[in-house]
Amino acid sequence: MPIDPNDLYRLRRRPPSEKQLDTGFHWLTVLTASTVAIVLVLILAIVFHGSLESMGLYGWRFLVTSNWNPVDDEYGALTAIYGTMVTSLVSLLIAVPLGVGTAIFITERFIPRPLREMIGLMVELLAAIPSVVLGLWAIFVLEPALRPFLTWLHFTFKDIPLFSTQPLGPGMTPAILVLVVMILPIITAISRDSLNQVPIRLRQAAYGVGSTQWSAILHVILPASISGIVGGVMLALGRAMGETMAVTMIIGNSNNFSWSLLAPGNTIAAMLANQFGEADGSQVSSLMYAAFVLILLTLVVNILAQLIVKRLSLKY
Amino acid sequence: MTVSATTATPTTGEEICLSLENVSISYGGEEAVRNVYCAIPRGQVTAFIGPSGCGKSTVLRALNRMNDLIDNCTLSGRVVFDGADLYHPGVDPVEVRRRIGMVFQQPNPFPKSIYENIAFGARINGYTGDMDELVERSLRQAAVWDECKDKLNESGCSLSGGQQQRLCIARTIAIQPEVILMDEPCSALDPISTLKIEETMHELKKTFTIVIVTHNMQQAVRVSDRTAFFNAEAQEGGSGKVGYLVEFNETDKIFNSPTQQATYDYVSGRFG
Repeated sequence: MPIDPNDLYRLRRRPPSEKQLDTGFHWLTVLTASTVAIVLVLILAIVFHGSLESMGLYGWRFLVTSNWNPVDDEYGALTAIYGTMVTSLVSLLIAVPLGVGTAIFITERFIPRPLREMIGLMVELLAAIPSVVLGLWAIFVLEPALRPFLTWLHFTFKDIPLFSTQPLGPGMTPAILVLVVMILPIITAISRDSLNQVPIRLRQAAYGVGSTQWSAILHVILPASISGIVGGVMLALGRAMGETMAVTMIIGNSNNFSWSLLAPGNTIAAMLANQFGEADGSQVSSLMYAAFVLILLTLVVNILAQLIVKRLSLKY
Repeated sequence: MTVSATTATPTTGEEICLSLENVSISYGGEEAVRNVYCAIPRGQVTAFIGPSGCGKSTVLRALNRMNDLIDNCTLSGRVVFDGADLYHPGVDPVEVRRRIGMVFQQPNPFPKSIYENIAFGARINGYTGDMDELVERSLRQAAVWDECKDKLNESGCSLSGGQQQRLCIARTIAIQPEVILMDEPCSALDPISTLKIEETMHELKKTFTIVIVTHNMQQAVRVSDRTAFFNAEAQEGGSGKVGYLVEFNETDKIFNSPTQQATYDYVSGRFG
């Protein structure tokens, strides 16, 4: 007797509960995936809304004046914006070569494996130090130790605006160095991971045509891993721009504008942390405005980085 | 069975290019291949055949110090090239690889333009002549010029697998080595690409000494003048297998009148 085809199909029918489970799971993932986006948009909206008052009062003037005076209700965030940009960019300038160099050193067989692993571990431990401890270290150890050198810098290059003030304690330079210590582990760890991900066949190709270790690293391995490295640098930049505790402890929290890296200064994050407690009226709105500027800055930097990565990276 | 060493020397009158003298290679204390004696003649194609895990690729990579890239890989014995031991402490592995080029199992072009794939290696080897001419000549020699002459600025990775492999051969030719090592160069390719590469090898044989590892015995018969058969045996007291050279002779003799039973079993398909 021939088999009824419908019988065969009936065997494969899935129970309704299983289908519901699938649908349920689908919506669960939609929910979890959209949570991040919703939170991000809400934060942006609320910060923007909070800053509307200050935007109306001060407009673009807020970005280019440095008068921060709660008594007269006059606010300009230039000092903090300049401080944020300078501390984060200069700290990157120092930390990127150091971090990428360390990553190359511990991935590319310059030293025996156990030694490499030990250095890698130590870099990761550096990330485990709480920022308040680093701030304390900066105040009591780093800054006093650094001062003679900074004084020398000042007297040698006092015609350059960046070194035009005498170092008198807390200031932007120690803050920059603390930031270097804080972002170095991020850059090193992520660079190391992306260097390790370069396929072995690419390394073999480079060495197989007689590359020296340096030309293999410079012309093949680094270009193949640049997108990951820049990603790590961007994370580090985000951290440097937003870092609050250690910076506010060592930067001096001064709202008087100065080009000098040796002078006390301020960053947006440090200013927010210092002033939110006793702020009222248009000061709150001004702080929100500053926060909004900070978000925009990181956004712009991120987009720029994406464009750079697209041009530089080798697709394998 | 305790075959520890089989000496195989080509008939006198042929010039020896590379010779392995009692070479044993281990990975982290685990011996992979032991006591290999083998003298590879100049200007011929030598094939390494044998079952998986018998160490033929390991031996091949030892010939241009590619094993240096692997942590914990150690070699004892001597690999003599041009009268000098390649593993002498004073020898620069980079110079070795410039004189002994390599084509890998998986096509691995640089993620750069086709032109730059050839030019990069030539440049770091100190080539100062006409680069356009070298690129064209190398691609022609590797029989891939017609397929990529119109897209030299496109990425090497945009080519098909067989074309990529011929690009890799062209890249190796361009550095003008004396020896070309090929590690199963056709294992990832279709039969037509394989045929093209074999034809390329017949051309290259006139200029270079070639050593090729292959799983394909017909390929060994088609392209090689000499064949080395490797086998693996369980190690006494050890966990893994250790490879050794069973027999090395003219390809014709290996496939038609081998002296060892193991060789006969393998080439006649009665292996295992």
